Amino acid sequence: MADNPRPDLDFPEAGEPAAAPPATTPKKKGVKRRIFLVGSALVVGGGMFGVWWSDKAAGKHANALIAGEGEHAFMTWMKIAEDDAVTVYSPHIDFGQGSHTALGQMLADELDADWGKVRVEQAPADTAFANTALAKGFLPTMVGEFAAGLLPDAVIGMMARGMPLMITGGSSAVRFTGEVAMRKTGAAVRAALVAEAAERLGVPAGELTTAGSVVTHTKSGRSLRYGELAAGAAARSLDRDPPLKTRDQWKLIGQPVVRGDIPAKVDGSAVYGIDFTLPEMRVATVAAAPVRGGKLVSVDEGPALAVKGVEKVVKLEDAVIVVAKGYWQAKKGLDALAPKFSDGGHATMSTPAIYAAQGTLMGGGKPDNEGGAGDVEAAFGAAGAKIVEAEYRVPFLHHAMMEPFAMTGHYKDGTLHLWGGMQDPLATRAKAAKAAGIDVGKVVFTPMIMGGGFGRRFPDYCEIVDQIAVLAKQLPYPVKLIWSREEDVTHGAYRPQSSARLKASLADGRITGFRMDYAQSADAESEVPFIYDLPATTRRHFAYQSNQTDGYWRSVNATQIGFYVESFMDELAAAAGEEPYRFRRKHLAPGSRHIAVLDEVVKRSNYDSPLPDGVGRGIAIVECFGTIVAEVIEATLKEDGSPKVLKAFAVVDCGTTVNPLNAEAQIMGGLVMGLSSATAEQVTLDKGAVVERNFGDYPILKAADAPPVVDVHFIESGAKTGGIGEPGLPPAPPALANALAAATGKRVRTLPILAQAKA
Amino acid sequence: MAIAFSVNGKPVEVEAEADTPLLWVLREDLALTGTKFGCGIAACGACSVHVDGAVTRSCSVPVSEIAGKAVTTIEGLKGADGTLHKVQQAWVDAQVPQCGYCQSGQIMAAVALIEAVGTPSDAQIDAAMTNICRCGTYPRIRKAILAATGQAAAATQTGAA
Repeated sequence: MADNPRPDLDFPEAGEPAAAPPATTPKKKGVKRRIFLVGSALVVGGGMFGVWWSDKAAGKHANALIAGEGEHAFMTWMKIAEDDAVTVYSPHIDFGQGSHTALGQMLADELDADWGKVRVEQAPADTAFANTALAKGFLPTMVGEFAAGLLPDAVIGMMARGMPLMITGGSSAVRFTGEVAMRKTGAAVRAALVAEAAERLGVPAGELTTAGSVVTHTKSGRSLRYGELAAGAAARSLDRDPPLKTRDQWKLIGQPVVRGDIPAKVDGSAVYGIDFTLPEMRVATVAAAPVRGGKLVSVDEGPALAVKGVEKVVKLEDAVIVVAKGYWQAKKGLDALAPKFSDGGHATMSTPAIYAAQGTLMGGGKPDNEGGAGDVEAAFGAAGAKIVEAEYRVPFLHHAMMEPFAMTGHYKDGTLHLWGGMQDPLATRAKAAKAAGIDVGKVVFTPMIMGGGFGRRFPDYCEIVDQIAVLAKQLPYPVKLIWSREEDVTHGAYRPQSSARLKASLADGRITGFRMDYAQSADAESEVPFIYDLPATTRRHFAYQSNQTDGYWRSVNATQIGFYVESFMDELAAAAGEEPYRFRRKHLAPGSRHIAVLDEVVKRSNYDSPLPDGVGRGIAIVECFGTIVAEVIEATLKEDGSPKVLKAFAVVDCGTTVNPLNAEAQIMGGLVMGLSSATAEQVTLDKGAVVERNFGDYPILKAADAPPVVDVHFIESGAKTGGIGEPGLPPAPPALANALAAATGKRVRTLPILAQAKA
Repeated sequence: MAIAFSVNGKPVEVEAEADTPLLWVLREDLALTGTKFGCGIAACGACSVHVDGAVTRSCSVPVSEIAGKAVTTIEGLKGADGTLHKVQQAWVDAQVPQCGYCQSGQIMAAVALIEAVGTPSDAQIDAAMTNICRCGTYPRIRKAILAATGQAAAATQTGAA
């Protein structure tokens, strides 16, 4: 989330602090003070929480969309029915990360609602539901806490109205939407229900208590249900800044509540985007230019049209689509074609060429951004300093969501109806409207359940949105466009290929200077915190752009930055002759949350216990998206050179764990995905095109090689709530590399491990 | 050509090209969309069904080879009264699915494994459970299989206090 793919949405001046930062803030070198907008457009329909809170028009519009007979909406976030049923509207998509359940818990806790009567639904793709809380949450990340505090509400409101957003990403749901919007809404609506009850019962509000969706006046033994109070309460103005419960008052937050979406995912009844169907619907599949940036030059449609069931061949600027009765006929038709594509001038682009170009940049180029503090060069040059250097490389990585892209479109009576799974429904509408050349008001998008995403489904880089819009607009019947797995693997929005050179000086067993140069598309400085407390550090970003579309891959830049720093910390520990955990510990700020996390994972993993021959233990700690995670991996190498992970431990400080059952699943899943990426995943380029085509040559870790159990532990520090969808991933690759180095004496500095073993 | 077989105990006859994979007949002709398309080359297992009791990757089996055989899909696992199969129930208890897309195939593979060996060992689970899960739910899949076969306490963390 560190760079802005939509510079047109930059807000260059508003983020400038009006005064110099306080003296206690170390001056950052060359940090760009601009507002980074996340993904497509950053957020927001009706302004910031306060602004939007009083935006009656938006509320009224949303009310019309969500409230049926006998139901009463409170802003765009929830409604109460007269039978006490509470429906919470989430602006985020839940693709299995469990955020819907967690958001519901946060609102329902403050509301004192009966959890059995609470449902969480996906908010409609309408600007009235755009997420005000997300803007507020990301602002400090974008411009720094200090600058964010200086932004007047009016400016934020302007941003908000101009840039509707219903994004899911950046581990943002719980930490921003939950903390800012859900809890406040629950508390404010509870207060309105109490006020309504006080008036009806003729008693002071202070004598009333709430629990289980009922307001009770204990003195008189009278009570009123929320459903009875809803109509009156909905007509009241809501408190902008209601008092929230303290931790000891929570009843639902922190509880292992089960997820509501699971039953339909074990009996086959859940309907994903790819499962959606309409009468008379055709099925299509597509082949885009193998080299990204290339165009369709020519294609003879004949061979496809000769395939039984094929009805039409549609040519796009950079792709060819075959429309048929069903997917198999469409695929056979497409396979029969021999389209000619241009290479967009990228014929010399290859994986080795990218590493070489990145090396050249770091070797003599001028950095595009620099962060850090202190005089690193002086530390390197100091008498007696021991210098350690290492170079690391990581490949493009593919999201490989299990459900290949699929969207259904139907252009009818001037309106384009779309169905599918996207991380940002509003941006999906806008993109489709632009591609189809129609007004955004003439696009209706229905978000569907997604079979994974991991950052691949931000509509800005989902070509399928343009493809389905253009395709559906010219067909008289509904059409579902399905990408083959080959199309998915070869046309990803990959985690960028990246290189780094690290250099540090040691004196008396301590790091005196630390430099990280890294070359890749995005600057990670504002995204991935450097956690070690060192006298002098510098982090220099060298911008390199290949012909590929660089995507947000689960945990974004923290994957490679975590691998670089945490691999190098082990190398520095070795150079200092010290054990890696203790070496890290003495370079972290005394009393910090990082030390507590590190100590706990050491304790739980029985870190100092002896291991069998050939088994190594590795440790790593990374902070990202507001959460600190330390992991310990015990692993060995199999005969084919691939790693086998025997044990895995993770300790997490995300401030507050809203739903431990789900948070454990997220950390576990992130850890496994991290191990998978480090083991064998790589997207390589040859003559500008992606070489890998399917799971055969892009292998995902399977059960046999995953740790049988992942021990996940949460430290309830009470610090500001962090994300959980992403932070479990980044420590896993370096912890694995460190474990294998301990086991074999050989360090892997270029991922994936298996490719190194075979080289 | 017309091909007759049975799905979830019911006889069906479909009109399809002989080379059409069973997967697409199930999904598009029979509207049984619980069986998923993942890769089309039998590498991921999202399309796993049972054919005459044997776990089969339906994306790579031509429907013509299914003639006269009995196919069971994820929709056919529940009891006649709608009760979840014990493996499905174990999946709910252990809160296995995240995105859920691969889980139909995972469950079909687990049911076939349990039917074949009774109480699978860790090594048997490693050998049989070769389906891909990108969400990384493998530890909970293992936990659910062990729980379903009485080898470990089922997950008991259900519901709020």
